[in-house]
Amino acid sequence: MAELNINERQAGDVTVLDMSGKITIGEGSVALRTAIRRLLEEGKKRILLNLAGVGYIDSSGIGELVSSYTAINKEGGQLKLLNLTQKLQDLLTITKLLTVFDVYESEAEALNSFK
Amino acid sequence: MTGETTELSLPSRIDTVATAAAAVAEFVGRSGISDDAAFGIDMAVREAVTNAVLHGNRQDEDKTVDIILKSSPDAVEISVHDQGPGFNPEKVPDPTAQENILKASGRGIFFMRSFMDEVDWSIRPGGGTTVRMLKRR
Repeated sequence: MAELNINERQAGDVTVLDMSGKITIGEGSVALRTAIRRLLEEGKKRILLNLAGVGYIDSSGIGELVSSYTAINKEGGQLKLLNLTQKLQDLLTITKLLTVFDVYESEAEALNSFK
Repeated sequence: MTGETTELSLPSRIDTVATAAAAVAEFVGRSGISDDAAFGIDMAVREAVTNAVLHGNRQDEDKTVDIILKSSPDAVEISVHDQGPGFNPEKVPDPTAQENILKASGRGIFFMRSFMDEVDWSIRPGGGTTVRMLKRR
């Protein structure tokens, strides 16, 4: 089984990536990077990462979230985060990244925020 | 448990991070430390081994990452040794400083310090760097 599973779905003009597994150095981080690059190549620039199933992330994974955020912003798009686990929320808090990312607990609210 | 010591010697590959984390999780599980402390140790070990593989040994498979795990009634101590030239941890930029927040890397040592009670680095006489991390019970 892959370290990180990513399922893509479309909600209006927002692409939602439902993720489960680990975003850690190696396979998990690469899977996220590859998915974001592909979406940008396809012109999909409004992206919501549903992290409900991501039980573990390391500094490489956090770095990949930051890289995704800056790459999408550079293309004039938006990256938002949905359903952070408590541990991921704690990591984003201590790294001060919670002030950078737009984070939601409700998918409807997150989707509305893109409008 | 009064005390236990385990030593590991692993190749300088990215997949060593997961191998080391699994071995440490098993050791920590036997040590009876709390789940929260075990999570912190897991985070710190992954970061320390990542640094040893990438920055210390630069993924040279002729070089090993050596790990010593010790548990005592008071604490769990983990030492990770690489064969790299070493670095000055005081010169590592603060990843939470405004100008560094959006950098893609540079959070590993910050996590190690955040999750462990003591973290220090030393250069071995025979060469290489050892990071020693302690988590009190």
